[in-house]
Amino acid sequence: MSSKLAALRDWIDARFPLTEMWNEHLAKYYAPKNFNFWYFFGSLALLVLVNQIVTGIFLAMNYTPTPHGAFASVEYIMRDVKWGWLIRYMHAVGASAFFAIIYLHMFRGLMYGSHKKPRELIWIIGVAIYILLMAEAFMGYLLPWGQMSFWGATVITSLIGAIPYVGGPLEVWLRGDFAITGATLNRFFAWHVVLIPLLLLALVVVHILALHQVGSNNPDGVEIKKHKDKNGVPLDGVPFHPYYTVKDLFGVGVFLAIFCAIIFFRPDFWGWFLEHDNFVRANPLQTPPEIRPLWYFLPFYEILRSVPNKLMGVISMAVAILILFFMPWIDRHHVKSHRYRGLMYRLALIGFAATFIVLGYFGAQAPTPYHADIGFRFNELFFSFFLLCLVYNKPRSRGFYFGALVAAGIAIFVLDWLRVGDIPVHFMVRSWWIPAAYWAFFLLMPAFTRLGDALPVPERVTSK
Amino acid sequence: MAADIPENLQRRRFLTAATTVVGGVIAGLTVVPFVRSMEPSVAAQAAGAPIDVDVSKLEPGQLITVMWRSRPVWVLHRSEAQLKTLKDPKLIETLKDPDSKEPQQFGPPVVNWHRSLKPELFVAVAICTHLGCIPTYRPQIAPPDLGPSWVGGFFCPCHGSRYDLAARVIDGSPAPLNIPVPPYHYRSETVIRVGSLKGGKDQNWQPAIW
Repeated sequence: MSSKLAALRDWIDARFPLTEMWNEHLAKYYAPKNFNFWYFFGSLALLVLVNQIVTGIFLAMNYTPTPHGAFASVEYIMRDVKWGWLIRYMHAVGASAFFAIIYLHMFRGLMYGSHKKPRELIWIIGVAIYILLMAEAFMGYLLPWGQMSFWGATVITSLIGAIPYVGGPLEVWLRGDFAITGATLNRFFAWHVVLIPLLLLALVVVHILALHQVGSNNPDGVEIKKHKDKNGVPLDGVPFHPYYTVKDLFGVGVFLAIFCAIIFFRPDFWGWFLEHDNFVRANPLQTPPEIRPLWYFLPFYEILRSVPNKLMGVISMAVAILILFFMPWIDRHHVKSHRYRGLMYRLALIGFAATFIVLGYFGAQAPTPYHADIGFRFNELFFSFFLLCLVYNKPRSRGFYFGALVAAGIAIFVLDWLRVGDIPVHFMVRSWWIPAAYWAFFLLMPAFTRLGDALPVPERVTSK
Repeated sequence: MAADIPENLQRRRFLTAATTVVGGVIAGLTVVPFVRSMEPSVAAQAAGAPIDVDVSKLEPGQLITVMWRSRPVWVLHRSEAQLKTLKDPKLIETLKDPDSKEPQQFGPPVVNWHRSLKPELFVAVAICTHLGCIPTYRPQIAPPDLGPSWVGGFFCPCHGSRYDLAARVIDGSPAPLNIPVPPYHYRSETVIRVGSLKGGKDQNWQPAIW
């Protein structure tokens, strides 16, 4: 470095901790050397966040948040603003990419026990970021003022009305009118572009600060800080910069290739990223034949609507999201990584991911009693995973497994009993085995085999 | 200060507590204008004033939709045959709330078998109590998509809630309650006013669920 640049750096360092911050978070932040594919998604999420903010600013320059102007101004961006179509597609596809990345990022956490002690706060902040992201996406989807924007917002805000006593007035207060109108559009715009991005950015900083306080987890789930050399550097750690900045750049390259391919060739992703009904202007007097949210909300939407009681459905959906906050205390097994937790947890986790996808699939189907019943079964499996984590926290006696199986059987029966009258009984008779088989498999396997036993965890990371 | 111990510790504690309380109250009161600013504005409330509907040209079986408080409202002229379905015991036993016990209508004048002031003319807010979609008017008898038990009524395309011709919810629907009947009254034989009772009363009436 030339002496003049070094002098400038020293001048700044005397007034602002620039070099110190660089070292603390990049050049001398030691991350485990065995990061794999699943560790791309943190940095990719940051990239997409920047993409959303930058493209969002440029969209806001041409967007009009009024019921008369909104739909037309989006068309104007698409047709008349130079390169406007690209900026809008980057923003719209970016929203879906954000959720795909965040879901993979969260799944990584569950695979390797990144939510467990001492990283509980990182996980909790992450769940808060996820919830803010859902709010951000929901409000952003109203802005184009298409049919799906309007009716999606109507359906979701009317969920608040299910809360006893305060629900109705609260709903009117949030909408700013007796239905979704320009008042709602304008305030959603304000929240979408100012309030939530500010909170998101702040929480992302807190998320990373908390991570750098504790240190990154890794696919083996062992603490690299336990073994340090004489300079205090973890033996299994490598400086984040340049090692992981370069690795992440490769991930960015692959991601951008896929991202651009979608933007240029299938920006609506066959109706999954931009729904066909949303190319029609909002009409408060006509409901589209089928209202469904975008793909990233479908699993929770199915949890909501597969419960035949509105208030219970809303509560189920809220619990399904909020239960994530408590994951560090639900899953307390001493082994972090699935690699050493035994086969049964791994299968349960794969089952959980599959349940989430199947719930999403049924969330996109027509609302028939048959789909409501099957959806309810997978709704049961979704919550079963968290209960199973409680069972799997430590080795149990055979009697405990049998007792849990009986309890699960009673719970399945009681839940079906409560649905009599809402769902035809012959549907239930045909599908009760789904949760029953789940519990029988996951409780009897560890009762009679040793496949669920934890394996010895290595002292050091096992990268080759 | 000369000494580490304040001269009058009690006075200092009192001042700290008083400042905290007064400051806290002021901070709390400051929230009020911001919270109130999010309520429906005066303009939105004015736009939510009652509306008059001329029903003289409504044929039996015909439904019109009018807007009140940004909500669609049905005005349905029910025919003799349609009214008869409302008293059919086979239908009534499948209803969640056949006697309108839940507060989903403005008051006793419409708590009856037809949920209206005059049996033939029916007024209701065209919003499903499940998730706020607009149910469709399906007067046909037993159409293929609704099954043989259908005697005419309202069907919500979003999640399949079913209502009879008095907008009473049928068992097996995800919707919990009957569709609300808003305050309305007859200004003359042929004109109804939707949104208030006689003398402008009950304009801010709210059902349990819209």
